[in-house]
Amino acid sequence: MYIIIVGAGNVGYYLGKALDSAGHEVLLLEKDRYRYRTLSEELGEMVMQGDGCQADIQREAGFGRADAVVAVTGSDDDNLVVCQMAKIEFNIPRAISRVNDPRNEKLFKKLGIDATVSATKIIYNLIEQEVGGGEVIPLAALNRGNIEIVDVEIGVRSPVLTREIRTLALPPEALIISVIRDGHALLPGADTRFEAGDSVIALVNADQEHALRDIFEEG
Amino acid sequence: MKIVILGCGRVGSSFARLMYRDGHQVIIIDLQSEAFRRLGTRFKGARIVGNGIDEDVLRRSGIEGADVFVAATQGDNRNIMAAQIAKHVFNVPNVIARIYDPIRADRYRQLGLTTLCTTTIASGLMRDLVTDGSWGLAKDYSQDYLDLDV
Repeated sequence: MYIIIVGAGNVGYYLGKALDSAGHEVLLLEKDRYRYRTLSEELGEMVMQGDGCQADIQREAGFGRADAVVAVTGSDDDNLVVCQMAKIEFNIPRAISRVNDPRNEKLFKKLGIDATVSATKIIYNLIEQEVGGGEVIPLAALNRGNIEIVDVEIGVRSPVLTREIRTLALPPEALIISVIRDGHALLPGADTRFEAGDSVIALVNADQEHALRDIFEEG
Repeated sequence: MKIVILGCGRVGSSFARLMYRDGHQVIIIDLQSEAFRRLGTRFKGARIVGNGIDEDVLRRSGIEGADVFVAATQGDNRNIMAAQIAKHVFNVPNVIARIYDPIRADRYRQLGLTTLCTTTIASGLMRDLVTDGSWGLAKDYSQDYLDLDV
């Protein structure tokens, strides 16, 4: 794939190198001349100097044949305009934006950006899991993150030990789909009892992940 | 009318004073409080220090229920983003963004924003003044500014 990365700060630089190693054709577009000169010594033709919001620079960089554009500058307004202009001018199939302020994720989706990534939110979520007992591990997100598949580890002090599934006050939008015990996946019924070391796979509405965690959390 | 203005530079502050003088409710936002010096001492509209692409700052400015939102910071992209928030999140009926880059001004106009490209306005006017000595369709507003008593 031909992937254009706008913004060659640390995020853009390492992302570009990783995608390049994975065999993709990569172009890093960097506005700052000084940063561009430093990078081009190492990366050569892989870096281009220019403002990624400008239509003429986008044309020169080959946005017309790009499979994806990824905007990873430190400014959310710049990232938004890079992606929107790429959509308007070149009908880019996939425009992905880094958002520095996690609250902008919703806004960007509303304004037509295909995908957003917020490092702040990812780190926040990781910390929350660590601090909050660490038993609920998100495995995947469905429906753009609305529904999550989570893995709940049952510890030796979990309040659900030896209890039957039917006795749990599960949140309304949570469904236990499997219990992994000794390396085997079981299809649980209402009378299945939990044992220490079980790994419970559940589908849960993202909003109710906390409520689900509370049920399994060690007191 | 209730008017929220983002950016208290020369354009933003002059527009704020004109509208305040005409009796409108004016709220002006800038990242730096020193920028409000341009408003002079007789301007009594609200001054908000904050980032205009932050929904919370806009909400605090009272953008909900505003009739007009004008984005006139130095940054095209900042103006474009703020104008889209005003239009699509807060449903402000009249949104204007000042944009220096003619291409961006044109493309976002096609997306439904009212964009004001001072680059094309000034260069077109210069051409009219040079080639036939006329102001074309434009008007010299300088007397309005000089007459401002706020």
